[in-house]
Amino acid sequence: MPTEKPIDFTSMPDSRGHFGPYGGLFVSETLMEPLDELRVAYEKYMQDETFLAELDADLANYVGRPSPVYHAERLSRENGGAQIYLKREDLNHTGAHKVNNTIGQALLAKRMGKQRIIAETGAGQHGVATATVAARLGLECVVYMGEVDIARQEANVYRMKLLGAKVESVSSGSKTLKDALNEAMRDWVTNVDNTFYIIGTVAGPHPYPAMVRDFQAIIGREAREQMQRQTGALPDALVACVGGGSNAIGLFYPFLNDETVKIYGVEAAGDGLDTGRHAAPLCAGTPGVLHGNRTYLMEDANGQIIETHSISAGLDYPGVGPEHAWLKDIGRANYVAATDDEALAAFHTLTRVEGIIPALESSHAIAYALKLAREMDQGQTILVNLSGRGDKDMHTVAALDGLKI
Amino acid sequence: MSRISQRFKQLEEKSRVALIPFVTAGDPGPEVTVPLMHAMVEAGADIIELGVPFSDPMADGPVIQRASERALEHGVSLHDVLAMVSQFRESDADTPVVLMGYLNPVEVMGYETFALAAQNAGVDGLLTVDLPPEEADDLLAAIKPKDIDPIFLLAPTSSDERMQRICDAASGFVYYVSVKGITGSSHMAIGEVAAKTAQIRKHTALPVGVGFGINSAEKAQAVAQVGDAVIVGSVLVKRMEELSDRPDEIAPAIAQILTAMRQAIDLV
Repeated sequence: MPTEKPIDFTSMPDSRGHFGPYGGLFVSETLMEPLDELRVAYEKYMQDETFLAELDADLANYVGRPSPVYHAERLSRENGGAQIYLKREDLNHTGAHKVNNTIGQALLAKRMGKQRIIAETGAGQHGVATATVAARLGLECVVYMGEVDIARQEANVYRMKLLGAKVESVSSGSKTLKDALNEAMRDWVTNVDNTFYIIGTVAGPHPYPAMVRDFQAIIGREAREQMQRQTGALPDALVACVGGGSNAIGLFYPFLNDETVKIYGVEAAGDGLDTGRHAAPLCAGTPGVLHGNRTYLMEDANGQIIETHSISAGLDYPGVGPEHAWLKDIGRANYVAATDDEALAAFHTLTRVEGIIPALESSHAIAYALKLAREMDQGQTILVNLSGRGDKDMHTVAALDGLKI
Repeated sequence: MSRISQRFKQLEEKSRVALIPFVTAGDPGPEVTVPLMHAMVEAGADIIELGVPFSDPMADGPVIQRASERALEHGVSLHDVLAMVSQFRESDADTPVVLMGYLNPVEVMGYETFALAAQNAGVDGLLTVDLPPEEADDLLAAIKPKDIDPIFLLAPTSSDERMQRICDAASGFVYYVSVKGITGSSHMAIGEVAAKTAQIRKHTALPVGVGFGINSAEKAQAVAQVGDAVIVGSVLVKRMEELSDRPDEIAPAIAQILTAMRQAIDLV
């Protein structure tokens, strides 16, 4: 790590989980000791050669890592401007980046002697990835999912059930991801002795934002090498979608100290940032405290969390990981947004031009990358995190075409 | 001396255990709350805990979640809750009022603005369930000079080290959460509560309140033998929900439950 730089962007969080003013540990007292126990275990095992070797072997042989970096030549040519490269997290086992983290946390759960796993899920990708590792390790698994999300992600609900997980429908509040997280926290506080809570994103109380980032940073570490091997240089820009922000931080983190690499996180603009119907706290929210950490939130003037909207269930969340909040404030990363319509258009474009069907979440990143590429030179490169595949979104997209599948 | 400390001193002189009811401000409608507060005092409440509605009440069970949702349907904000306390103070200068809720509404209002407004309204204590003492320095610096007691939770999982840290930060009283779980849980074990309250007393001379899962006069009586205050919430809020379409009946119904608890506690 170069020491002459004014800021080491990889130095966060501090010992109590703060990323500048963000992050921290805002939970009820009952969870303070369990979170400390988790922090101690996480710090210990991230230095433990046997644990890391087991993690690496699982990522290679079970997940299928490394995932390729693919030069989308035809897309780049037809779009004009910079060359677009895709980090193919969609090719991972279970179809998204989520499994990188669930593998890690499940191994940790096993080391800590916890027999029961719980998780929250929005699009269902994290739920499936959790149910998958729980099946493999023979752990009991309960996944909390909002009623609204259950309706729009039926296929993933069925996958979780096939994998032996119990899917608990959450009907409080807005009946989406944030409420699923509330309910999972309530379960955890009640069953804390035997239960490990696998949070799927880089939000929540310390140590989750740092721990999930560390498990996801394999994306950026691989991509950094792959880009240098394929192009002889680092990319000029990184683009990833941001809901809670785990795929984005996973890609960004190993590049944070590479000053020449511009970084763009793409939030869900839903119907448009000016309509209020969106899920873009970094672009249009304000700081507050929710789900165990201080970060940018979608909230009203009285501090109540407001309902978000996005075509993509995985981005439909009113908060965002605290590290992103910090990166925004210090200006190391830029946060932008893509609307439902822009994401859908990008979904169709990538599908037809490259034969790759992206998840609606990842389509937001593609949409912005296409726009950005046109403002750049042909000799420049953009690396996009293709965080998941679109199989789970078939019926959502088909419904827009008037089809029921 | 804060109004809360004075109240506990008076109770100690009379060898009386405090009864602290919790209701969510603005549930089922804003007009219910202030008359209900007076009725609770008349029925034997020593301190009132007023819930500040929040959209994401992570530490609460379904009963108090729904109370928050009902209040929020009427747009009840922290400003409105403070106005209710002001109105209550017009005819009750003695009964301490503790606001209980989550940090974000206070955070968004701003700590200093909140502290001043709360003092002016006559608020005596603040319990933000998602704010451990480690993150509380700025808020404490704002409310302590305004004589607002920070009330902190202690849990079955709290170690001696944490108990000490929490007791050092708290004033007024400390609040022992009698179950691992959310509000309205029903599996409180009185033996464990007795052991934990004794353990807490090694760390502080502050009064120890006990809450979460006290849903009957019998449990209230059992808790009164080991705690300095019996805190009841979900059992009241559940009754209010049943009567939400007959708001006139709420105050007498809640008074009836509290009277029974008061009698049971006073037998101790």
